[in-house]
Amino acid sequence: MVAQDAHAHAAPQGFIRKYVFSLDHKVIGLQYYFLALVAVFVGMFLSLLMRIHMIWPTAMLPLIGEIKPETYLQLLTMHGTIMVFFVLTTAPQSGFGNYFLPIQIGAPDMAFPVLNMLSFWTTFVAFVVMLAAFFAVGGAPLHGWTGYAPLSALTNSGPGEQLGADLWITSIAIFCIASLMGALNFITTILDLRAKGMTMMRMPLTCWAWFITAILGLLAFGVLLSAGILLLLDRNLGTSFYVPLVVVNGQVMGHKGGSPLLWQHLFWFFGHPEVYIAILPGMGVASQLLSTFARKPIFGYKAMVYAIMAIGILGFVVWGHHMFMSGMSPYSAFAFSIMTMAIGVPSAIKTFNWLGTLYKAKIRFQTPMLYAIGFVSLFVSGGLSGPFLAQPVLDIPLHDTAFVVAHFHLIMGVAAIFGMFAGTYYWFPKMFGRMMNETWGRVHFVITLIGTYSIFMPMHYLGMAGQPRRYSQFTEVAYLQHLMPLNRFITYVAFVTITAQLIFVVNLFWSMFKGPKASDNPWEATTLEWTTSTPPPHDNFGGHTPVVYHGPYEYSVPGAAKDYVMQTDPAGVPAH
Amino acid sequence: MATFSSTIRVPQTGQDGGGTHPPVRGGGGDGGRGEGYPDYGQRLRRVRVGLAIGLTSVTMIFVSLTSAYIVRRGLPTFDDHTGTYIQDWIPVQLPLALLLLNTALLAASSLTAELARRQITRQAALAPVKSIPGVSLGRESGFPWLAVTVVLGMGFLTGQWLAWRELADRGFYLATSASSSFVYLLTATHGVHLLGGVLVLLYAAAVSLLHRPVEGRRIVVDVTAWYWHFMFVLWLGIFSLMWFVR
Repeated sequence: MVAQDAHAHAAPQGFIRKYVFSLDHKVIGLQYYFLALVAVFVGMFLSLLMRIHMIWPTAMLPLIGEIKPETYLQLLTMHGTIMVFFVLTTAPQSGFGNYFLPIQIGAPDMAFPVLNMLSFWTTFVAFVVMLAAFFAVGGAPLHGWTGYAPLSALTNSGPGEQLGADLWITSIAIFCIASLMGALNFITTILDLRAKGMTMMRMPLTCWAWFITAILGLLAFGVLLSAGILLLLDRNLGTSFYVPLVVVNGQVMGHKGGSPLLWQHLFWFFGHPEVYIAILPGMGVASQLLSTFARKPIFGYKAMVYAIMAIGILGFVVWGHHMFMSGMSPYSAFAFSIMTMAIGVPSAIKTFNWLGTLYKAKIRFQTPMLYAIGFVSLFVSGGLSGPFLAQPVLDIPLHDTAFVVAHFHLIMGVAAIFGMFAGTYYWFPKMFGRMMNETWGRVHFVITLIGTYSIFMPMHYLGMAGQPRRYSQFTEVAYLQHLMPLNRFITYVAFVTITAQLIFVVNLFWSMFKGPKASDNPWEATTLEWTTSTPPPHDNFGGHTPVVYHGPYEYSVPGAAKDYVMQTDPAGVPAH
Repeated sequence: MATFSSTIRVPQTGQDGGGTHPPVRGGGGDGGRGEGYPDYGQRLRRVRVGLAIGLTSVTMIFVSLTSAYIVRRGLPTFDDHTGTYIQDWIPVQLPLALLLLNTALLAASSLTAELARRQITRQAALAPVKSIPGVSLGRESGFPWLAVTVVLGMGFLTGQWLAWRELADRGFYLATSASSSFVYLLTATHGVHLLGGVLVLLYAAAVSLLHRPVEGRRIVVDVTAWYWHFMFVLWLGIFSLMWFVR
């Protein structure tokens, strides 16, 4: 009888209202997704330049010329910042989350559509400001994505540390505000807009992941905003939050009494939840896809929910493991170490439950499933090096080496990206009404899986052999010479793997216009987005309000007519 | 019997077996509590939930600044004159009288904000009654509590500005010492958030003059009043920190 009041606006007319300043969460989700797609290619290009420089340090590149050591630092700073913020924090949560959260819980839109639109455009402004740093006098900052003070807090500490660094901090501050607005929207939507029958424990695990991720973002980004404001004050208004008495190039700077450790604490208190923000949505997608394509309910739904909550909570008490080499008390190090190892428990529960979902299942090995299984593989590979680094004693030789680079790239740069690929191939039919090409999807998967393993697994060895990270040149260092063939191998594989991503991009855009038309539920899945038309209408359900009768993973239910029961199917399950 | 029975809900409601009836949840779906305009009741709750969540993030900003304040206060610094580590936290000479006056202004504005909130709640509740032809509720008192709140809020911000001037006169600028940096930072961050609240109140006043529906206006005033109370309590926290932990 009553149309959803949260959706008081009718379908918009005109190009600007429909595609630019749209209030429709589906359009906003796609805007975030394409922003991330642009950002990931910028980030990959930067990493390619870094890899080229590592094996050919004196090469003169077309248009760019020679990459000087300080340029290398600028490249790695912007690579990390753009990838972590504008790809990994954007696409899995704000991209897919915005598009599919309301539909999966049976709502016509997010709780605050105007705020949602503002969140996207604020993120867009943040991205533009970040890219502007490349064009500032002096160029982009060189202090790493972690922005440690006092290097980042002094304007004369290197090229790019003047306007470039100010633009970097400003961009991140704007991004914080955008993320906080988005987190607010997600949490309110999940708490308040679920359809009748959609209890919290009937939500798909993707929704649980978006929920916990939003809570993490809500609590963490404020701290980063504080950190950034203090940094701007130190740089520009002469305060000494982070900068102690320092001398730069013979000149005594006017600061006194500040603590570089304060920056580290504030940054990593945000930084650790941030990496869980990057991975949790991928876990949700993996759970969703493994269940759907194995035609089995997810093994241990409740345990999966509690595990995600545990990962979220524990993620706030482990930040010190990024600071084992900062001179902290061994007792503090012990505490952080124990808590870090404790996070392995819910992560392992999730991993075993994924395997349990696959056990004795009739698996449909379509491309989304390949990526979901790939996610599990990479989560294990990348995650297992975590407990190594969680030991303060082991962190002494491994800190700031390629071992750390291997760890976080496998888990953030590959596993999380596989989660995004999985989500793209899975939800593409619902978003665009067509199927992506299956053959080229599999080719893309095989090359990417083998390529990324070949790139990052050897880095564990490089790190244990003593190759430091963020060093621009190893060709003149005697004790690292025997590692250069391996570095060359990694660079060559990186060339191939990055080029292979064009297969995905071509498949994506070509299929949008020329792919075979998709039915409303091509994967025979149970969740609410597959009950509506393809693509979904403006208010998601064509005027009617869905009512939910089942949990999200009712596959292969004995006695049911088909091997799946949709959540909105009113036909009862045989009582037993 | 069923291998995968973990997700299948057996009806617990005692209704006839076979069909699973969806439990009615209050979260979402078509609304309709006892209000004359069901959409607004639901929207009010939703915006209040959104505010509570948003204030959590604001709280985290001030938690991080407070933590930095307390740790920095206890941190010894290397003194190049004596070659030893010394405590260099210089307690800021706060203009206590002025700050207490500002606190009183903010407390009063919180009171008037609450009165404005209750006033518009009454107006929204009585709106359907007023539309009945032939029924009159008599002359409404209509005291402009909202406008008074704005004035008091601006008064507080002006007082804060004067406090900054006083601090400068006493030789405490932003970069003078760690303690003065924190005092300016905390008060400025709070002031910026309060200014945001003032702007929203001005917006509420503007839509009132434009005769927008009272239910929509009620939501704006209600949520802003709660935000205002939070800003007041936050100020008490900041003031206590700056004074008792100086």
